[in-house]
This record gives sequence, structure tokens and C-alpha cells, in this order.
Amino acid sequence: MSAHATTEHAYIPGEIAKPNTGWIWKTFWVLVGITALEFAIAFTLTSPDWRTFRNSIFIVLTILKAFFIVGEFMHLKHEVKSLIWTILIPTALLVWLVVALVTEGSFIGETLSHMFSK
Amino acid sequence: MAHSTTLESSSTPIYADVPRTGTWDGGNEPFKASYGKLMMWFFLLSDAFTFGAFLTAYGMIRHKHGVFTETADKFHFSSAWWPVPEKVFNAFPGFHGVDLPLAFVALMTMILIFSSVTMVLAVEAGHRMDKADVQKWLLWTILFGTMFLSSQAWEWSHFIGGHVEPTIMADGKPFFGANLAMNQYGPPLFGDLFFFITGFHGTHVFSGVCLLVWCFIATTNGTFEKRGHYEMVEKIGLYWHFVDLVWVFVFTFFYLV
Repeated sequence: MSAHATTEHAYIPGEIAKPNTGWIWKTFWVLVGITALEFAIAFTLTSPDWRTFRNSIFIVLTILKAFFIVGEFMHLKHEVKSLIWTILIPTALLVWLVVALVTEGSFIGETLSHMFSK
Repeated sequence: MAHSTTLESSSTPIYADVPRTGTWDGGNEPFKASYGKLMMWFFLLSDAFTFGAFLTAYGMIRHKHGVFTETADKFHFSSAWWPVPEKVFNAFPGFHGVDLPLAFVALMTMILIFSSVTMVLAVEAGHRMDKADVQKWLLWTILFGTMFLSSQAWEWSHFIGGHVEPTIMADGKPFFGANLAMNQYGPPLFGDLFFFITGFHGTHVFSGVCLLVWCFIATTNGTFEKRGHYEMVEKIGLYWHFVDLVWVFVFTFFYLV
């Protein structure tokens, strides 16, 4: 939408606005912070008993990073609602696919490992 | 004349040649986005499904295989369980034989996040019609993109070449590194998924760098300045951020989990 705002006025040489980059660097530091946190967790929560908990944190943090990249860098947060839903609803179906097939995978593994031992 | 009077008196002319002006009646932009940007979004959605299929297959195959249940220091490579990523990806260029788990992939992640930032800066400069700034930030993005690709080439060659110590395979012979049929790190599918997922992502980065180089040349020639807007930079930017987004997921599911 912003592209069309700029289409309106023709280019006049010498008339260049000041850069407005504060929000870009803010998003950058958020992404760096989340990545650093992920590494910190990867090296501190090493016990196998914490596996599921650790992996859940990773998935939440990944989705958080995705939110900042898609929302701010790809500008989706500032688009109209119908466009936001057009992108988000089909993507949300992927979550179902992942959950379904990961469950299926565990089941196949279980079945194969007991194939000869009954 | 009598005909038109009838039309005017009717409050809702259904079959009349009166232009309809509703949101979805055409002639406007219901999504407030241009055709090109909208199509880029839809392409990226389809691409998200491709990568989603890859990562779903990864999740399924990984859960089909056994898990190493003991603590990480007791870990050794075997096709009986899925390898612990920080034991596979622990090399860094120039530090031969030193155990630096995930250090190189951390660097790659930072390079890609940084390239995303320079890309947004190029888009922002485009909104201001600042040709010099667009050129500057596009060049930085090309540089970081190329750096990422080179890092990935190193990562691949190290993965294929193997660790300092070989793994004794089922046939009793030592084996270094990986190919599509077998690898020293774990089940054969681990190597296959590594090649396909990071390879498909790397191909996307490569296409992105090609687009950026073309975009830089067009900017330098003044193509977008004459056109009156830098929307092409925005569209390529959308693609570039998507590639960064995919890496965020690959990073989590391949290297962290």
C-alpha cells in the first residue's frame, strides 16, 4: 500500500526525505535477542529429562521470530485484515499437518521396533 | 427516455448497465496491495507449503527413528538413533578438530538476519526515492547473501567430508562423512534430509541473490527512478525475507531441537 502512496508524486531530484529506520533496528535487536536466548537454552537445558520442555520453548521462540519477520519486515502486520487472514489461515493448516504426521511417525517407529519382538 | 426514468425510480437496478462499486466488484484494490505484491504473497504461500512439506517429512521421519536417551557427553554416532545436532555440526573454518558446537550455524543465522535488515533498509530507501541509498543497501544485501551461500558451501563440504574420527559402520568398515546412501552421523535419511532441506533453502538464497544483482543493475540504470517507484525492490524484499523466515525454521528443527 505504501508503494502506491509513493507512486502518486513524481520524482523530484534533490528532494529526498530523511531515513526513518528506528523500527528496523528495533526489530533486528529483538531477532538477535531471541536467537541468543535460543543458544543459551540449547547449552544450559541439556538434560534428557527436559527434552520436551526445551523443544517446546524452541518452537514458541521460533514462532515469535516468524511473527517479527513476517509482521514487521514483510509488513504483513500493517496490511488490511483480509490480506492478513488470506496468508495466515492456509499456513495454520500446516500446523495440523505437522502434528498429524509427527504422531504418525512415532507410531510407525513404535510398530517397526516391535515387528520381530512381538 | 421513458426507459431511463424507470431505471432511476427503481432503487436497485439489477440488470442495468450501472457500474457496481462494491469492494469486490472490481476496479479497486480490496487488499490495498498492488497486483505484483499480491502475487508475490501468493507465490510465497505456495512456497511455504513446499517447505512445510519438507519439514513435515523431516518431523515424521525423525519421530520414526529412535532417540538417544542418555546425556549428551555419552553420545556416539550410530544408525540406531537420530544424531544430536550439536555433535554433528561442531566445526568452524580455521579451527580444525576443535569442538565448537553450533558456532558456525550461529554465524550463518546472524549473517542471514543481517541481510534481512539491509533488505528492509533498501525498501525503506526506495519509499524515499533515494537511489544512492537503495544501491548501497542492495549491495550490502548481496554481500551478506553471498556470504551465507559460501558458508553453506563450507558446511556441506564438511558434512560430506566427515569428522576427524570415522564411524565404524555395520559392515565393520570405517566411514567418513556422508552421501545420499549412507553417512557416519546416523540413519541414512538424516543425511538425505540435510541435503534436501538445506539444499532447497540454499537454492532459494541463490535465486534471491540473482534477483538482487539484477535489481541493483536496474536501480543503477535508473529504471525504477524513471518508473516513479521502487516497488520491484519491495517484491524482491518480500521474497528475501521469506527465505530468512524459512531459515529460522530450518535452524530450529535441524540444529536446535
